[in-house]
Amino acid sequence: MAMTVLKVALYILLAPILGGLMEGLDRVVSARMQGRQGPPLLQPFYDVYKLLAKQTTVVNSIQILFVIAYLIFTIFTGSLFFGGGDMLLVFFALSMSEVMMVLAAYSTNGPYSALGANRELLQMMCYEPMILLVAIGFYEVSGSFMVNDLIKVDSPAVFKIPGMLIGFLFILTIKFRKSPFDMSTSHHAHQEMVKGLTSDISGNNLAFYEIAEWYDQVLMMGIVAMFFICKNPVSIIVAIVACVIFYLMETLIDNVFPRVKYMAMLISSWVVILVAAGTNLLILSVLD
Amino acid sequence: MFLVKKASLLRNLIAVVGGFSIMATAIMVGIRVLSMKGVTHNTYLTNTEAIDHVIMGGEILLMCIVFFLSIKYKKYYAILLSLIGTVPVLWMDLSGNAVEGFAHLRVDFLSAVMILIVGIVGILICIYACGYMKDYHHHHTEVADRSNYFLALLFVFVGAMFGLIVSDNLGWIYFFWEITSVCSFLLIGYTRTEEAVNNSFRALWMNLLGGCGFGFALMVANMHFGIANLSQLTSIVPRQNMFVMVPVTLMAFAALTKSAQFPFSRWLLGAMVAPTPSSALLHSATMVKIGVYMLIRLSPMLKGTFTGVMITVIGGFTFFAASLLAITVSDGKKVLAYSTISNLGLITACAGTGTTEGVWAATMLILFHAVSKSLLFQTVGDIENCMHSRDVEDMHGLIIKLPKLAFIMIIGICGMFMAPFGMLVSKWAALKSFVDSNSVWLVLFLVFGSGSTLFYWAKWLGKICTVIHQSYELEDITPRSEMISLVPLTSMIVVMCFAFPWMSDHMIQPVLNEAYHKNIPNVIGGSDVVIMMIMVAMIFIIPIGSRFLAIGKKSKMTMSYVAGVNAGDDRHYIDSFGKERPLYMSNWYMTDYFGEDKLLAPSIVISAIIVIVMLIIVVGGAF
Amino acid sequence: MKISKSPWVLHYDGSSCNGCDIEVLATMTPLYDVERFGIINTGNPKHADILLLTGGINAQTAPVVRQLYNQMPDPKVVIACGICSCDGGIFKDCYNILGGSDKVVPVDVYVPGCAVRPEALIDGVVKALAILEEKRVKVKESMKQGYCTVDYSKIAVRMKAEDYDPATQYDAVLTEEALREQAEQKIAQTAKPAPKPATPAAAPAAKPAADAAATKEGGNA
Repeated sequence: MAMTVLKVALYILLAPILGGLMEGLDRVVSARMQGRQGPPLLQPFYDVYKLLAKQTTVVNSIQILFVIAYLIFTIFTGSLFFGGGDMLLVFFALSMSEVMMVLAAYSTNGPYSALGANRELLQMMCYEPMILLVAIGFYEVSGSFMVNDLIKVDSPAVFKIPGMLIGFLFILTIKFRKSPFDMSTSHHAHQEMVKGLTSDISGNNLAFYEIAEWYDQVLMMGIVAMFFICKNPVSIIVAIVACVIFYLMETLIDNVFPRVKYMAMLISSWVVILVAAGTNLLILSVLD
Repeated sequence: MFLVKKASLLRNLIAVVGGFSIMATAIMVGIRVLSMKGVTHNTYLTNTEAIDHVIMGGEILLMCIVFFLSIKYKKYYAILLSLIGTVPVLWMDLSGNAVEGFAHLRVDFLSAVMILIVGIVGILICIYACGYMKDYHHHHTEVADRSNYFLALLFVFVGAMFGLIVSDNLGWIYFFWEITSVCSFLLIGYTRTEEAVNNSFRALWMNLLGGCGFGFALMVANMHFGIANLSQLTSIVPRQNMFVMVPVTLMAFAALTKSAQFPFSRWLLGAMVAPTPSSALLHSATMVKIGVYMLIRLSPMLKGTFTGVMITVIGGFTFFAASLLAITVSDGKKVLAYSTISNLGLITACAGTGTTEGVWAATMLILFHAVSKSLLFQTVGDIENCMHSRDVEDMHGLIIKLPKLAFIMIIGICGMFMAPFGMLVSKWAALKSFVDSNSVWLVLFLVFGSGSTLFYWAKWLGKICTVIHQSYELEDITPRSEMISLVPLTSMIVVMCFAFPWMSDHMIQPVLNEAYHKNIPNVIGGSDVVIMMIMVAMIFIIPIGSRFLAIGKKSKMTMSYVAGVNAGDDRHYIDSFGKERPLYMSNWYMTDYFGEDKLLAPSIVISAIIVIVMLIIVVGGAF
Repeated sequence: MKISKSPWVLHYDGSSCNGCDIEVLATMTPLYDVERFGIINTGNPKHADILLLTGGINAQTAPVVRQLYNQMPDPKVVIACGICSCDGGIFKDCYNILGGSDKVVPVDVYVPGCAVRPEALIDGVVKALAILEEKRVKVKESMKQGYCTVDYSKIAVRMKAEDYDPATQYDAVLTEEALREQAEQKIAQTAKPAPKPATPAAAPAAKPAADAAATKEGGNA
């Protein structure tokens, strides 16, 4: 019990730091890929500090409520995961927090926000199946949905469910709002719909949103790490290395691909999920 | 009695008082059964000759009603189906082939749960109908006011439901089954417009087809097995006697038509033409629930059989296809209809697996779905009365226009898909049962289906939550009698969120123990319950907390960003000629990809093939 | 930590010949790389700290510039880029040009040039950062007074082409600072700070703000 509390506390304290550093790293590496020097590593922290210091403008007061709910539920989701909770519940809480963000955008009644909200919902429709399938994949490996049981398996999950990992990495691009699929909002200036989802969010609220995104990123990388972690303590190092590699891979994808249309995203993600994860699941069920 | 009374205060009073007394009785019966642990009441009525004659007469009467209306509207195929269904059963009864000597009535835990649903939700809908029909005829002057007849039908319907739930004799169940078919047919055809008549006949022939299946199942059970009641049929072990799957399959087929699975789902969509209370009744508490109730009864038999697999495939496919179709429609009631079909698909699939988790999830889903969906239907009906439209797009900014109804609607929608609310908990159990029963296709249907479910609910929720500047509040003309129905349902959703561990222990677990004749371990673990409770608590604490902490009090109000040409109210922009133009962002419907004209026909064909294959293999294979 | 470490820029083209705009974009290329200073071109006034204006202001763009400025959260600075934006430049005497950006919004930094050189532009932004820091201190103090709750959402700048009168129109329009002064006066008049100050009524070209629903919204958290 004390261990769980400690883990959750560590997550709540360290995740924003780690998430901010990850984003800073992403920006630096992106800049280097484009032949620029790029911002300092700590730039995301400067940004959030500035946003917190600024005045907050809102379109209506419900908006604030939804953004705060988004932050709280994201933290809750992450705590559930790192506290060793039930995988399916983690993902249900995750989709709930995402819906909160979409509602924040909807409530503003701005055209760019509304478009961003619709696109975000479509993105959720794309990655939702895969996220549930990952939970099922882990269940097939360890016979339990609990994260605590999964980290005690004999051999890393990736040996049994490589297809799930491929599918998950594919939707990770959507989840991180990286380039071929950064439709609802993006970190870059080349956005045809201003900032989409966050167009009408500013000041403190935008800072909360950014922090929630950091928590979310750490959670996602935690799920990637789950594919590699097993009883053997060495596996933790392997998992960290894998996380770094996959994160940098996402940065590379971001810089290489142009944005696609939404239908291309829906079809490609569903096909990849069906082929990679679906086949994986089929094989597992045949083997059983 | 209702036929006599004119539309008046007196009528409403009688309906409310009568309704509440029925509800009170239902609750009392339900609670008494639930509090008596593990006792099933089988009642054998010795002197049933008179009742049997009444039932026989009733069946002939129903057949006559169908005859008369079919001839009136020149739809002769309905007569044929009615004949095929009723005549053999009558012949069996009259020729003395029917088996006697078994219990007629049975009240057990599953019946108790269903009695609670029908008693509370069904009666609330009837009460709601009193106020609603007055407004309805106020707006639709072209429709002849037959609201007395309408209310009477609603009560007959609910009565038939009670009868069906507590009957154990297959012949009795068949009689009540046919009553609900004919009642729904009459309710759908209430407005007597051409569309209504066509849709009502579609409902009739589909349900009569299911009735035929049931009738044959009844005959096989009586004449081959010498069994006249359901509980004995379900206690036969299928492995010892493969032929028993024939009546089971036929009954499952009947259940599929009743719960509007593909390929029989079009009658449910057609039922939208009727006034809202009848669609609420058909969709939430009664009609469609009979089908899944029957499947849950049969569920222990279906485990691991070919029929079970086919039923789960049809259910899973329906869940997925209907949720895709729900994305493309903007008519509020139609979205609800598709969502009903898709949820019933999930329940069917759960029951089809035959595992304990499956039945647990199915029963939970029935409970939560009945409450949330009837609430949503009633709210949409009220919104239609206030705004003269039930289109989702017209609900833009509802939270400003009709705050009270919008709030109820938000709770209803959240109940349908959000995390701590009941539906998702049940979905969670469903997923577990699918994985345990090793059905990969079902898992895939479920995960992709829940993706699209999320999409269509969230975009509706978004439309409601939009805050429009300089909008005005519409007059809320919802009568108090409707609020009598809406408020309890809303609070029930909230209470059920907190109470579901208790419900699981005291309502669902006994059902499982009873169905599987043994004690089974708890489906839902203790720590998960705690976590879910935290989530529910958070949902309610966040808004209250943010109010107390005065978060955002210092924020500055601005207009939404419209590229600097916002005309001041977020709904107009100034174009390059300096003119004001309206600005409106509609939701996505993606009709080009998932439209009804593209998806509906193929999915009906595919599922029809599955059903036919199932019938041929099981029924044909047995001979 | 200073907030000037992360200035986000909103770039708006008043009626420029696009010369300056190309130079603005040039600052983001690998050669100049303004992201070194944390500068991002946001394209959204609600996220921006610095409003970067190019070109002179005409009848069409005047209301737009003002609306963008109003939607930016405090503290904020305005940079006029290029000579046209500073005072109208070679288009100054054109029939449709009102003059420089300072005709519609208060400009903090003037960066002349035709077209403006990227080096000068970066220098201007760095100067603006110092002003941003100054303003932030002021805003922090004034936020304690509580006047930021003024509901500006009803103040739309409506302007049609025929309304155009370069001599009087825009000098008379109040900037947000002026609106705030009015609000401050109002607060000073009442003994205790009102929890919900009324929208300044005297704002010209403002829409009537008496809207029950929106006022209610303003009070809710």
